Amino acid sequence: MDYNLMREFADSWGLVAMALFFVGCIAFALRPGSKAHADHAAKIPLQDD
Amino acid sequence: MRFGTEIVLLSLFAFAALVAAGFGVDEAFRQHMWVLFFAVAGFTAILLRNTELKLAAPVDPSAYMDGPIRYGAIATMFWGIVGMLVGVVIALQLAYPHLNIEPWFNFGRLRPLHTSGVIFAFGGNALLCTSMYVVQRTCRARLFGGNLAWFVLWGYQLFIVMAATGYLLGITESREYAEPEWYVDIWLTIVWVAYLILFLGTILKRKEPHIYVANWFYLSFIVTIAMLHVVNNLSMPVSFLGSKSYSAFSGVQDALTQWWYGHNAVGFFLTAGFLGMMYYFVPKQANRPVYSYRLSIIHFWALIFLYIWAGPHHLHYTALPDWAQTLGMVFSVMLWMPSWGGMINGLMTLSGAWDKIRTDPIIRMMVAAVAFYGMSTFEGPMMSIKAVNSLSHYTDWTIGHVHSGALGWVGMISFGALYYMVPKLWNRERLYSMRLVTWHFWLATLGIVVYAAVMWVSGIMQGLMWREYDEQGFLVYSFAETVAAMHPYYVMRAAGGAMYLAGAALMAWNLTMTILGYQRKEQPLPGSAPAYQPAE
Repeated sequence: MDYNLMREFADSWGLVAMALFFVGCIAFALRPGSKAHADHAAKIPLQDD
Repeated sequence: MRFGTEIVLLSLFAFAALVAAGFGVDEAFRQHMWVLFFAVAGFTAILLRNTELKLAAPVDPSAYMDGPIRYGAIATMFWGIVGMLVGVVIALQLAYPHLNIEPWFNFGRLRPLHTSGVIFAFGGNALLCTSMYVVQRTCRARLFGGNLAWFVLWGYQLFIVMAATGYLLGITESREYAEPEWYVDIWLTIVWVAYLILFLGTILKRKEPHIYVANWFYLSFIVTIAMLHVVNNLSMPVSFLGSKSYSAFSGVQDALTQWWYGHNAVGFFLTAGFLGMMYYFVPKQANRPVYSYRLSIIHFWALIFLYIWAGPHHLHYTALPDWAQTLGMVFSVMLWMPSWGGMINGLMTLSGAWDKIRTDPIIRMMVAAVAFYGMSTFEGPMMSIKAVNSLSHYTDWTIGHVHSGALGWVGMISFGALYYMVPKLWNRERLYSMRLVTWHFWLATLGIVVYAAVMWVSGIMQGLMWREYDEQGFLVYSFAETVAAMHPYYVMRAAGGAMYLAGAALMAWNLTMTILGYQRKEQPLPGSAPAYQPAE
């Protein structure tokens, strides 16, 4: 595996895969119904000492 | 027998150090191994004096393990004072070169002692102890692995001692923020893997189904630092009993590896780890949940995805290919968005409770930290733009930028976390003195303002003097003239740093008295007593 091969993979499939994963993370965070779950999670540190 | 295995293993370790001190092939290595021998043998002696032949009392598996955190908090304070003191010393050395005392205390050896002292000793211990504190309380689980946490704590202190003494002896890899030589690097790798196991193990045995966002930030910091440390330190020792090694990379590949490491040390050590601190301690001190939990998740993923590419901006106008420089610049500019998203999230946590900034000096400290985070993450992307970088690079402007982030963000959020954590860890009702916290806040803030403002002026002046041509195309100033022009700024910078150090010394005094159980008799701060509600 030489430099050019890695470079081509990185700026094609690698880039697409990472971009999709990132967009997926954002979409998952903002999915319908996530608000209630997030509000619950935000209270975790306040419930305990 | 208590500590039985530990004592045997440590004795063998001390013996190995003694053998290495005898057979080392260079003088610096032999001296360094003597340091290691005395450190390990001394620690073994302490364990021997505290051992007893009966079995240790069984531990309550549901109680949190706070012992290592207490030592970690004290270590944070101690190394903070040491690292900042060395910083003031080297600032004075720049202003007054006669203060260079050869061979151990000249600028070249003290400078890595300062950077490692504040980043890895002060910041590292702050991250170590707060991460252990936060992960237990947000997972509702005791630390994983029995005495593993003690190994991580003391192993990390040994790394610090070996790194620091190595610099003074003149042992260095000359890699920015990664100066320790190969054998110290291997030791840190062992400690760091133990830290990862400790943290992941605690998350895996959690009783809270959701992993709170602070733990995500802490975990990303631990994982990424492991990767960065191993790759950046790939090197071949000249001898296995010698202090010199050579990097596996050469030329521009080596330079890029170093700045891939260097910038992500900023991104994942000094940013992600301390954001974990922000996401736990700001809500706790304000007693309100984080402003938007979903924004914190987006903040996390955006930061992780963007930061790792920003390193090449340290190599603008060098032999690094143009496309890589542009890539580094573009990702640095994009990084501005998640940084400010996180800053807004931290600040807006106080919405509806803004009065706390006036009445609670600890909240004030945390808010100042987040504000400095916002300021330096605006300045950084701007400086990564090639046109700006051509003026700012290699000048004191960069030093000012680093310190507004390090003193403002990293330092202040750590101080805030310590002020919150110490009374809880030692079961004290409150801090020794709240007025001292106010004094600390103003000394630190004014110190940073002096430091950063002076470095802007001096850095821009320096950059402009370097590029000043006359009408015939000759450089107007010699290098020595630019150095002479900076003298007054160097003196002022040392004054700013000394103010910051004085604030930290007040904190050490305040926290020590709190730990010892004293409470200062003082007037409560205005507004801190509950105000009477008007009758309705």
